[in-house]
Amino acid sequence: MTQIREGALVLSDGATFEGELIGEEVEITSGEVVFNTVLSGYQEVITDPSYAGQIINFTYPHIGNYGVSTADVEATRPFCRGVVVRDLARRQSNWRSEGDLESYLRSEGIPGIAGIDTRRLTRHVRENGAMPAAFGSASLDLLVEAASSEPGTEGVDLVGSVTTPRTYEVGQGELRVVAYDLGIKKSIVDQLSEIATVFVVPAQTSSDEVLALDPHGVFLSNGPGDPMMAGQVVTALSALLGKVPVFGICLGHQILSLALGGKSYKMKFGHHGGNIPVRNLDTGRIEITSQNHNFAIESGSVPGVTETHVCLNDGVLEGLRCNDIPAFSVQYHPEASPGPHDSRYLFQEFADLMASFHGGMS
Amino acid sequence: MPRRDDIESILIIGSGPIVIGQACEFDYSGTQACRVLKEEGYRIILANSNPATIMTDPEFADATYIEPLEADVLTAIIERERPDAILPTLGGQTALNLATELVESGVLDQYDVEMIGASGDAIATAEDRDLFRQAMEEIGLKCALSGIAHTMDEALSVAEEIGLPVIIRPAYILGGKGTAFAHTAEEFERVAALGLDASPISEILIEKSIKGWKEYELEIMRDHADNCVVICSIENVDAMGVHTGDSITVAPAQTLSDVEYQEMRNAAFACIRRVGVETGGSNVQFAVHPDTGEQIVIEMNPRVSRSSALASKATGFPIAKIAARLAVGYRLDEITNDITQKTPASFEPTIDYVVTKIPRWAFEKLPGASGVLGPQMQSVGEAMSIGRTFPESLQKGIRSLEQGRMGLNADPGEVQYMQQDDAELLTAIAIPTPERLFQIGELMRREVPVDQIHLACDIDNWFLDQMLMIVEERLHLEKVTLSSLTRMEWRRAKQLGFSDAQLAYLLKEEERDVRAGRLSAGVVTTFKTVDTCAAEFDAITPYHYSTYEDEDEIRPGVRPRMMILGSGPNRIGQGIEFDYCCVHASFALEEAGYETIMVNCNPETVSTDYDTSDRLYFEPLTLEDVLNVIDAEDPAGVIVSLGGQTPLKLASELPAELVCGTAPDSIDLAEDRERWNSLCAQLEIPQPPGGTAVTFEEAAQICERIGFPALVRPSYVLGGRAMTIVYDLQELQEAMKELAAFEGLGREGGLSADRPVLIDRFLEDAIEVDVDSIRDQEGEFILGGILEHVEEAGVHSGDSACAIPPPNLSLETQEVIVEYAKQLAERLEVVGLLNVQFAVKQGQVFVIEANPRASRTVPFVAKATGVQLAKVAARVMAGETLKELREMGALPEPIREGHVAVKEAVLPFQRFPDVDTVLGPEMRSTGEVMGIDKTFGLAFAKSQIAAGEGLPIGGTIFFSLADRDKEQGLEAAKRFVALGFALAATSGTAEFLSSNGVQVETVVAKLSEEGREISAGVDAVELIGAGQVKLVVNTPRGRGPRSDGHRIRFASTAHKVPCLTTVAAARAAAVGLEEWMSNPLTVRPLQEFLGFESSVE
Repeated sequence: MTQIREGALVLSDGATFEGELIGEEVEITSGEVVFNTVLSGYQEVITDPSYAGQIINFTYPHIGNYGVSTADVEATRPFCRGVVVRDLARRQSNWRSEGDLESYLRSEGIPGIAGIDTRRLTRHVRENGAMPAAFGSASLDLLVEAASSEPGTEGVDLVGSVTTPRTYEVGQGELRVVAYDLGIKKSIVDQLSEIATVFVVPAQTSSDEVLALDPHGVFLSNGPGDPMMAGQVVTALSALLGKVPVFGICLGHQILSLALGGKSYKMKFGHHGGNIPVRNLDTGRIEITSQNHNFAIESGSVPGVTETHVCLNDGVLEGLRCNDIPAFSVQYHPEASPGPHDSRYLFQEFADLMASFHGGMS
Repeated sequence: MPRRDDIESILIIGSGPIVIGQACEFDYSGTQACRVLKEEGYRIILANSNPATIMTDPEFADATYIEPLEADVLTAIIERERPDAILPTLGGQTALNLATELVESGVLDQYDVEMIGASGDAIATAEDRDLFRQAMEEIGLKCALSGIAHTMDEALSVAEEIGLPVIIRPAYILGGKGTAFAHTAEEFERVAALGLDASPISEILIEKSIKGWKEYELEIMRDHADNCVVICSIENVDAMGVHTGDSITVAPAQTLSDVEYQEMRNAAFACIRRVGVETGGSNVQFAVHPDTGEQIVIEMNPRVSRSSALASKATGFPIAKIAARLAVGYRLDEITNDITQKTPASFEPTIDYVVTKIPRWAFEKLPGASGVLGPQMQSVGEAMSIGRTFPESLQKGIRSLEQGRMGLNADPGEVQYMQQDDAELLTAIAIPTPERLFQIGELMRREVPVDQIHLACDIDNWFLDQMLMIVEERLHLEKVTLSSLTRMEWRRAKQLGFSDAQLAYLLKEEERDVRAGRLSAGVVTTFKTVDTCAAEFDAITPYHYSTYEDEDEIRPGVRPRMMILGSGPNRIGQGIEFDYCCVHASFALEEAGYETIMVNCNPETVSTDYDTSDRLYFEPLTLEDVLNVIDAEDPAGVIVSLGGQTPLKLASELPAELVCGTAPDSIDLAEDRERWNSLCAQLEIPQPPGGTAVTFEEAAQICERIGFPALVRPSYVLGGRAMTIVYDLQELQEAMKELAAFEGLGREGGLSADRPVLIDRFLEDAIEVDVDSIRDQEGEFILGGILEHVEEAGVHSGDSACAIPPPNLSLETQEVIVEYAKQLAERLEVVGLLNVQFAVKQGQVFVIEANPRASRTVPFVAKATGVQLAKVAARVMAGETLKELREMGALPEPIREGHVAVKEAVLPFQRFPDVDTVLGPEMRSTGEVMGIDKTFGLAFAKSQIAAGEGLPIGGTIFFSLADRDKEQGLEAAKRFVALGFALAATSGTAEFLSSNGVQVETVVAKLSEEGREISAGVDAVELIGAGQVKLVVNTPRGRGPRSDGHRIRFASTAHKVPCLTTVAAARAAAVGLEEWMSNPLTVRPLQEFLGFESSVE
């Protein structure tokens, strides 16, 4: 057996959890702690760039059971600050597995802590909200200090740290889509590339640069943190609205809403999981959705839109469609990965919207 | 669309008696359905033959028909009640098959009854293997290479096409009955023949064997707006090849990546949509190739099932309750999640713990059964456990089984495996048996590599590595001492699920010292909550499990709390009847103003529905686990006498001031042979002569004094375990040897100086009588009922039919019986229930035993008389008096006139064709049915039909009687002949009958030792095999598998000819037939029998 590395996790309000350090060896890592309730799909979660600046607490106790696979990686590297688990699998077992999670965390430089009463941590966050935290091998005093000086995600620009440095092209469809990478997941690019040729562009790309690519549509991706910090994208989008069809997911939904004059707010602990019921208000159908957001758009705050989706757990606005221009967005993740495939139809709707806007293309 | 207003009344079909493959889970689902649909304001008509269910309590439906579940009976019910709709998806395969019959016979059309929950087409598509396979191919899902056959010729050609090995599954069969593997041509022919015979439509599916693939199951729900959700994923620890009901299963799935899981989820939804289940719950089973990930669909059940009960308990999402609402028009998003009270039911539960289900088998009661697990389900019950991790959950699950094992080895029971060498153990684990887990644990203790174990047993490496963590911890614990253990070490051991008993074994200390040491190290149990959402939302429903973590979630109570200890996994001798009693206690104590706490570990039951009690603890019923709940809850009292032996065995070790009702000392007084004898002597109540012995020599001395035959049985065991009647010294010696062996009784408590063997003179041809009664703390005594057994004393009371009121006992005898019971209750200072067994021989009453606890017959008495004894007893135990209860209307007068109720046992012999069907003192029935009608004959006839044996209405009856039974058998034979039956008999029996004026048409040849005839003519086995016999009456002469009788009984089982093994039963059958053939079938709801307000408008 390998040597146990004792460590502790401390929240900014002083709550302390003892555990065993795993993954990258660090004295201190800090970030905003959020919990995710998926039963499977830990690797997709860890590699989702939207977790930049955050420490992910997995509610399911056994993590790492089926190992890791390059096919399940959602970005060039993980951007989260750390991983909290109850039990890290010592031995993985699955035909797809290319290695074990612990080695993967080490190779990607992600620290983790295991042996934590993750349910206690989840209840604490549920009651007190997502909050800054720190863990590592450092003394409790240093950890407390690190946790209380950690800025969290509100008012911090995290998009800049995750976006692609240069434009790249994927797929070979007739339609051309420019996708803003605000922290885009690979599975979104995959879904888009099934309907179009996709030009993934950096977050700071201007509207003129976008139009120069002659797109049939513009896509706004998911991404980390506070939408108020993505002002540059909001500005660019405002110049594009009405000129090309727009589809936004997650942070992209918030940016579209802000561009239209809506209001965003930070939720208490957000939605992070793969089991969240959303009603499609057009059809009445329920979609079980994959979600990952700490910020949301106030229902009723966005002028000129029809609200199309709502979360049945708490009434949070989950999707909207502009009344007069070709643009729509959802707060949740229709690309899934991890999570249910119930909402993948939205990519086809985007294709249909582009086709009808440009007159009968398919 | 909300509630449907176009229907007003709904007929719900229950699942009938508890049998292997269909147990309490359908009482759980049916009870939920009745409850919510009644709440919705529908008139509920219920048909179920099982009196031990909660759902057949008269308050759960408007009209409760405890009648045989047969198409003609249901037709009569439909004719009388004219329901608008029929809901067949909550009563298991029984209800589904009946509904199909009613559709096909046109009855539903004729009476304009709409089927809700599933359509006839959907049922056919899911159940008919060929249609199902076609349907799956249409939607692009793979099934195993397979073919359908209706005849042996067809079967052989399919086999040629697919190639062996194959698995053969009969169509329309519950629990995989008749399903088996065939590896060779001979095996194939034998299994195919059995399968064709077992299927009611003579159809078998022959599939390429996929033994060794990983097995999964998804529990899904769909509403009429086509919203689909997965409630739970389940992964089997045992690979394909073992029936799911016999597999150790885990929720959620552990070794599937999200990519694979979502593929499976999509397939499951495609499946339910294509099959056409418009509303309700279904499950879809999948096999996954371990090396390629290839997924294939195994089967789909268009109804709630054993797995859906498990999934409901595992997640807190009540599938049956929601399914019932969906069936009457609601959508998932219109129903609130009970647990959060805020979020809707249209979501997918996520959990933050691991659930393990482990089956419990009863091979020890079924000599002749191989004990090898396969595609046909053989377990009689199951335990579920919840832990934060798999190791914790697994070890809790093992100790929940109550089979003397305290976890994954590290207990005295492990010694048996230590004697085998590695090679033997590696060979052994290739064959799935109940022992396999422990054999694997032993191999791991010897540090045999996991990969080698995996190769031998096909269990996934992840599960094996998790088990290895337990074993590694054990190796560590063996080297340390109690006083040296650090808080970290304590915590690690407890988090891996080690019980204090295991720690005591490893540390060589007493369990109580381990507990004390652990508590002083500050390692206390924490209780977490099952909340459907992994703590994302606040849970309203206090449904808890123990673990060892930082935070405890128990909220302080408001009212005084009463704790009820349940009866654990179902087993032969302790089943649904005791769960019924515990549930009643919970209902009654809540009415009395207490907050009720249920502790149990059986996922099938109503008691483990979080709706039943105020608080539910899903925990093993061991001393340690129960004390932990007591520490957490600080209850005012603990009810130990309603859950059978399980809680009763704990009574003496619980804080005495907490034990409600009869004091533990009185329990001992009734159980301790010496004390009991002197008590009976003082009261001048006659007993059969007897004594107690620890050795054979002592036993022989007793038999010399009392004479043979003698009844030999262990103390403190329920269900007649290892009880036997011996006719000579040699049989006595065998019986004593059996009792002393560890393999026999040892694991259930065993033979020891404090638990000697009881030996009594066996009273031949005596009538056995059971009395259920209640005494309160003021000394008032009430009679619940006098139950006269049909089979004579010597047949275990649980396997014997019995009747209320007693058809053959004189009033004087009844008075004596009641007087004795009353005196015993007084003398034992009973507070609560008292069951007394008597034998009546030539008018003289002997007391056999008294049990100051709930008996198996309590629910039957309640259904027969209208007095819910368990409820009354619970309140009496909590301190109220009978007088007070009477005054507040909680104790009605029993209805003892106007009808007769007969309870009949249901035996599992169809599943175990090699087991002798002769009834004896060892109980082997799994369940019971009730027949109720105007007379004993009619009620008895109904009970036989309900039990599935049926009674013939013409043809030949075969008689073969032991000499001592001939005199008694004559009367039965005469009656049968008078009814127009022809008789066939063995030569001796024929000679006796003829010489007494009864004509025997066919005299059969004797069977030889090897089963070959030694005299000319057709022998009995051939006659039965040729389908010429409609009923067999065979009372045993010789014992053992090679006796003629055994072969005759074996043939009856194989050809499904009802077989009566006692003369008393034959006599009752003749009486029943006499009346049955001369009266039209009438059905009446229980509410009418019991004098409720008229239930039919």
